[in-house]
Amino acid sequence: MSVGSSDGTRRLVDGLGWFSLGLGSAQLVAPGVMNRLVGADDDAVSRAVQRWLGGAREVAAGVGIELRRRPVRWLWARVAGDVLDLTMLGAVLGSPRRGRGGRRRAVVATAAVVGVTVADVVAAVRLSRDGGEGGERDKAVGGIDVKGYITVNRPVGVVFAYWQDVENLPRFMAHLQSVRSLGGGRSRWRAAGPAGVEVEWDAEISGERIDEFIAWRSVGAASVDNSGEVEFRAAPGGRGTEIRVRLTYHPPAGKLGATVAKLFGEAPEQQVRDDLRRFKQVLETGEVVRSEGSPEGPRARRQVFQRPAQPVTS
Amino acid sequence: MRATTWMGKTHVEVQDVPDPKILNSRDAIVQITSTAICGSDLHLYNGFIPTMRKGDILGHEFMGEVVETGPAVTRLKVGDRVVVPFPIACGHCGACERGLTSVCENSNPNAGMAEKIMGRSPCGIFGYSHMLGGYPGGQAEYARVPFADVGPLKIDDGIPDEQVLFLSDILPTGYMGADMCDLTPGDVVAVWGAGPVGQFAIASARLLGAERVIAIDRFGYRLQMAKDKAGATDVINYEETSVLETLDELTAGRGPDACIDAVGMESHIDVGPLHAYDRAKQVVRAETDRPHALREAIMACANGGVISVIGVYGGFVDKFPMGPFMNRSLRMRTGQCHVHRYMAPLLQRIQAGQIDPSFVITHRMTLQDAPRGYQMFRDKQDDCEKIVLSP
Repeated sequence: MSVGSSDGTRRLVDGLGWFSLGLGSAQLVAPGVMNRLVGADDDAVSRAVQRWLGGAREVAAGVGIELRRRPVRWLWARVAGDVLDLTMLGAVLGSPRRGRGGRRRAVVATAAVVGVTVADVVAAVRLSRDGGEGGERDKAVGGIDVKGYITVNRPVGVVFAYWQDVENLPRFMAHLQSVRSLGGGRSRWRAAGPAGVEVEWDAEISGERIDEFIAWRSVGAASVDNSGEVEFRAAPGGRGTEIRVRLTYHPPAGKLGATVAKLFGEAPEQQVRDDLRRFKQVLETGEVVRSEGSPEGPRARRQVFQRPAQPVTS
Repeated sequence: MRATTWMGKTHVEVQDVPDPKILNSRDAIVQITSTAICGSDLHLYNGFIPTMRKGDILGHEFMGEVVETGPAVTRLKVGDRVVVPFPIACGHCGACERGLTSVCENSNPNAGMAEKIMGRSPCGIFGYSHMLGGYPGGQAEYARVPFADVGPLKIDDGIPDEQVLFLSDILPTGYMGADMCDLTPGDVVAVWGAGPVGQFAIASARLLGAERVIAIDRFGYRLQMAKDKAGATDVINYEETSVLETLDELTAGRGPDACIDAVGMESHIDVGPLHAYDRAKQVVRAETDRPHALREAIMACANGGVISVIGVYGGFVDKFPMGPFMNRSLRMRTGQCHVHRYMAPLLQRIQAGQIDPSFVITHRMTLQDAPRGYQMFRDKQDDCEKIVLSP
């Protein structure tokens, strides 16, 4: 299934994020200049307002939007901020002490803010409409794109053949419970999520060149839209096989999407590296290497929650 | 079983813990007959190695008897007497195939942690932090030994434990320190640190044909041992004389052709302010290691000479004399010891009577006494050089 907003909305949101960062930085660094630019008085109080009520707020919104963490909420926050700005500009315009130049600048600034407010409202409405509650699906704005590399000290033919048999994947991909081949290049994948939630989807091989390349992607009503490709190449000087993997996930909206995002989104680079390490271990030593601190073998989550280095009881 | 556990900085306890179990098909369980406290264990004891956890079992120098083997173990059987190398190595990766077992690419399940600190991961090590695998160590009654067909070396019944125990680490480590110097006839070697590894570096440099071997330390009893037992031709007590000046005199201004750093990250120094500077930076973690011996070795080394680093470093050093190092065409060789490649040849040398490594042992204790042993070894009480524990 296809998730994510239209490219137009995506570009608009991204543009607003960078606009926030740029404007906010200017307000933080040079509040006096900004005050004069909008025709306001330039005193200590208005500088503080410009810097903290304006600059800090814009930077926070910009960072929030660009980090893709709940950008919908940040966009609505921007709309609220726009209203605040317009109120203050209204006060500047209404002030009797304005000279002609100051009033002209305040009018231009107000027009600019009105324009930006319209853009913020449009972006926030569009993103909210696409994403329901907003938030949960926000990672889908960019998707999760992960790369990983490893060299395995075995011939290309052996390494390729092992990966080609999709039923082998759960032996080294830590989040997978099972992959069952359905024939005709199709397979059913099952993963265990946090809190015991099970996620299942079908995938198909979307491209393959023997000993060189395998690509796959989820099909049908997959609960997580994902695809991947892996390249195999003989390493120079008999050093085995070089492997380069690229995975893309588009977690969907809603509760399930949140679970899936958590499942794939937790240190995704580390997860892929750990999976590749397990792949290397299986091919070079015959099995995943376990220690008492990490009884499941390399696993990103376990690196945060190590067991003590003491014998395992269960 | 009983095991020595790390319970925090300068706090070790002997505790009851579960017996080890086979986790991988190539594992063996070894009932330990002798084990030792290593100088590098003091870095853990003093809290300088990150990613230790309360309850971690310590110890990476041990030997014993195989009491259980996993289904894929073919070379070892129950009842075999073995010495276990401290680096855990799979035997099949690119590094292992080149003999570089201490950088085995498969034996550290926590490689991701090590990568954050070191860029890439070295091998897993018994009882030496979670970033190096989270493996329980061998200061215990039993230990699980992964890749049992690759690491453990079988020992005949005739040889006592004390003569072969140090094949697990410090003898090969000292030997590699000398081996990395690529000695040629007439070479003068200076060894910083006359602890157990330094003693074996000195003895090995002699075995490998060094013309002259100079031991540098601040403890008289260690220098005495270097001279009487290890075969040092000269000794320098850096608290009494200037190291650089004495080395100049001994080599007629050339400097030692090879300098071995057998000290590592917690070196002492006679220059108070510089030591205080490094110590202060270390405390606030602006620098993890105090590299005084290494700095001095670089300044002392003959042009075109070799700096061989076998003392353990954990992270980052400050004020590294890169200019002298580069302009004087020095080379540096380093590494945790690739113990596997040295064990068998060194066992032959022991059997041939060329070296008896037991000369470094000054104290024998039961496992139960490990906490006292750590403190004694750290504080160099009672002329402590090397402690062997029997479970």
